[in-house]
Parts: sequence; structure tokens; C-alpha cells
Amino acid sequence: MAIVRSKRQSRITGWARYSALAAAALLFLVPFYLLVRSAFMREQDLGSPDYHWLPPVWETSNLTGLFDNPAIPMARSLLNSGLIAVTQTVGVLVVSGLAGYGLARIPYRWSNAVFYTITATLLIPAAVTFVPSFVLVSTLGWISTLRGLIIPGLFQALATFLFRQFFLGFPKEIEEAAFIDGLGYWGTFWKIVVPNSFGFVAAIGTITFIGSWNAFLWPLVIGRDQESWTVQIALSTFLTAQSVQVSQLFMAALVAIVPLLLMFLFLQRWIVEGVERTGIGGD
Amino acid sequence: MLRDPAFRSSLVTFLAFAVFIVPTTFVISLGAALLVARTRVMQSFFRSVFFLPTACSYVVAALVWKMSIFSGIRSGLANAVLGWFGADSIPWLSLADPPWYWLVIVTARLWLQVGFYMILFLAGIQRISPTLYEAAAIDGAEGWKVFRHITLPQLRATSTAVLLLLLINAFQAFDEFYNILSTFGTYPPYARPPLVYLYYTALGSGQDFGHGSAGAVILTLIIAIVAVVQGRILRLGDRGD
Repeated sequence: MAIVRSKRQSRITGWARYSALAAAALLFLVPFYLLVRSAFMREQDLGSPDYHWLPPVWETSNLTGLFDNPAIPMARSLLNSGLIAVTQTVGVLVVSGLAGYGLARIPYRWSNAVFYTITATLLIPAAVTFVPSFVLVSTLGWISTLRGLIIPGLFQALATFLFRQFFLGFPKEIEEAAFIDGLGYWGTFWKIVVPNSFGFVAAIGTITFIGSWNAFLWPLVIGRDQESWTVQIALSTFLTAQSVQVSQLFMAALVAIVPLLLMFLFLQRWIVEGVERTGIGGD
Repeated sequence: MLRDPAFRSSLVTFLAFAVFIVPTTFVISLGAALLVARTRVMQSFFRSVFFLPTACSYVVAALVWKMSIFSGIRSGLANAVLGWFGADSIPWLSLADPPWYWLVIVTARLWLQVGFYMILFLAGIQRISPTLYEAAAIDGAEGWKVFRHITLPQLRATSTAVLLLLLINAFQAFDEFYNILSTFGTYPPYARPPLVYLYYTALGSGQDFGHGSAGAVILTLIIAIVAVVQGRILRLGDRGD
């Protein structure tokens, strides 16, 4: 009798769980739906007092109009964002990967001091460093340049820390075999260690790419001229100005998230791993 | 600096924001993780849906929240829903009092962040040894008791990390405040968290880097103290993880 009741009970909680999940999932998808819906609406339908579930007319000219609109430097800002995200991702992987490997494997006198100095900077939130960083970059004359947007982001203490921890756990025997074959640290790193660390590199890489593509505060203070806007700054400028066609603004946002949604579709496994690793390590 | 009322009000804004967003995000992410972890069918689908907003930027979320869900007009989704229940439209963002804008800001951040922390909790839950649950089942423990005496204590390291991250991220909030509240290039005098305050102090018309840096130092001290205290309270490092 008791068993029967508990079976029925577990079926009820099962249903309750699925209903809760389904309702929450629906709620989480609403903003995506609104984004797509509004991107294909006509301006007059968007402003009408009645709510439209779907566009009465699917307006595809929002997309072509977006790239013809001289007020939104859409193509340029997408290009900037792509350039910045790709170079920053590759740069962070190379700089932090090499630094992390050196700290994990090459014995020298100051290696612990260097490691603790790098780790200590993790405790300082970016909110605190952004004013001094801005002063530094403007002294160098890097305002509104790709250099100013890319270079300060290349040195990531967290990624360096994580790479060091990861390489500490890398099987030493494989490296020793490479050493016997005459490969130095440099050769071992590129020919043996990197090809065997694909998952970890992919995890850090995808997370860095997402962070770089979506970054806002730094591009906002550095990217003063239109030519140096990232896609986030272009969107933000037209959102806060409110002088633009709203449907076109939604189309711009849709275009801006498509690269990341595609990444999500194909690389989700690595992104999840990246979140698991970076989340516990720090910000 | 400390006597500057604008600076103090930015600290109050941060506190009010943190008091709400930190526990809310914590509970919802943990709840989502628990639900998803127990689900067999369609588990990866649900996980992906909650995680998907992580790919979106605050700018895109601010845009959808400001121009679509919480736009003051009647066909904004929130007002349309209110309309179906016969309620009046609410001007979500144009009034300082009642402060409806908080609802807009908090829900946007929730949507963006819950998936991220859910992934952290899921990883923590999957690390819990199944033998603990088996032992609990033999002892006749169920539901809430299992959660209270096994899941929650086992998640202590994860919970500490999540709380700290939530606090630091709330402290660094800028994107959604700036994008949701700023209109026609001007930002209202209220609801300025520390980073928005710093942005307008150091980089606004004043270009007051001295005050900006001084403010930054005070903020660092605050966050450091909070981190230490929180670590103590939750006995971080107790078990070496």
C-alpha cells in the first residue's frame, strides 16, 4: 500500500517538475521570440496600441535597410567586434597558455613570486581598474583605436591561473618522452602539450570570445569615434538615442547575437566547460 | 569623497540592488539546477534553454526589456498582459516613484545570469557521491530532508563561489543600468550604482580622474572586506576546496 502511494506520489512530483521546467523554459525563450518578432515587424505595427503575436507582415527590408542606414555603422562595427574578439581570443590563449605553462613547468627562482602576483590581481575587480586603465591608454594615444580596444584585454590573470593549474595536472611522462627526443620547452609545448589539451583550450577560448564580443564598458570609454565602435556600442548608442527606427534596432540586435547563437549551437559543450572552470576560479 | 552625497547614494543603490539580486539569482539558479539535475528526458534541452541567454549581451537584453517587454506603451508585452487582466498600463521606466525601473533592471539581469550559475550548481550537484543519497534512502530520508542534510552541505564550496561572484558582479553592474535608464544621452540622477557614478565622475564632463580613482580605491576596500567576511562566515577553505 505504502509503495503504491509513493509511486503515485513520485509520478505527481515528476509531472509537477516537468510543468515547472516547461513554464520556466517558455519564460526564458520569450525575449528571443520578441527579438525575432520585432525585427521583422513594420514600424507602424510595432507602434500600434494592439499587441501582435506575430508580424502582420514579415518585413524583410529591415535587414537590407539596416546595412544601408548611414546612421548605424553596422558593417563596420560588426567587423570591429569580429576583429577584436578573434585577436583577443587568440592572444589570450597564446599569452596565458605560454605563461601558465612556464609557471607550471619551468623551474626558476621567482616563479612562485610571479605566480602569487598574478593571482593577487584576481582579487581586484575590473570596476576598480577601469579609470586608471583609461588614463594609461589615453596617455598612449590609443583612444578610438583597435590597439586600445584589444591590447589591454590580452593579459588575463584568470586565464593564466587556470592554464597553470591545468598544466600542473598534465601527464609529465609524455613531456619527458618529448624531452628525450630533443624537443625543448618550446617544442614540447607546441607539438605535444597543446595538441593534447584541445578541450581545455576550447573551453577557455569560447568563454573569452563570448566575453570579448559582449564587452561593453571598455569599448564604451575607448571607442569614441564611430569608426572604432563595436557592435555593442553601435546598438547602445541607437538604443539610448531613441531616434532610430525601432524595428531596425531589433534587427541590428538580432544580427549582433547571431554569431554567438551559432557558436552556442555548435560549441555548447566547450562553453559549459569554460563556465564550470572559470566560474569557480573567479570572475 | 565620503561626504559626497552622490557617492554615498551610489553605495546605497548598490546595497539595495545587491540585497535583492544576490539571493534571488542564487535561489533561482539553484532551483533550476535541482530541477534539471533530476530530469532524465530532455535534460539537455532544458539546460540549453536556461543557459542560452549567457550568449546575449547586456545591451541586447536592455534593448528587448526597454523597447519591448517594459516599453511604456500599451503594446509592450508587460502592459499588454496587464491589459488582458483589465489593469492599467504602467510607465515602467519614465517614473522615479514608484520605482518600477528596479523590476526592469533586476529581471534583465536575472535572465542573463541564471543560466551561468545554474551550470555551476549542476557541476556541483554532479560531483556529489551517489552513495550519500543511497545511505539517506536507507535511513528513510526524503525530499526536503535530503536536500537540507546532503545536497546543501555538499554544495557549500560551490555556494560560496556563487555568492561571491554574484556580489562582485552586482558591484560591477553597469551595462544594464546605463542602457536601460539612459535616454537621449542623459542619465537620471537616481539609480546610479558605483560604476555608473564613476563613469560620470571620471569620464563625464568633469573628467575628474582624481575623484574617480579615490572612489575606486574606497570601492576596492569595501569589496575586499565583504569578501573576507563572507569567506569567514561560510568557512571558505575549510575543506581545501
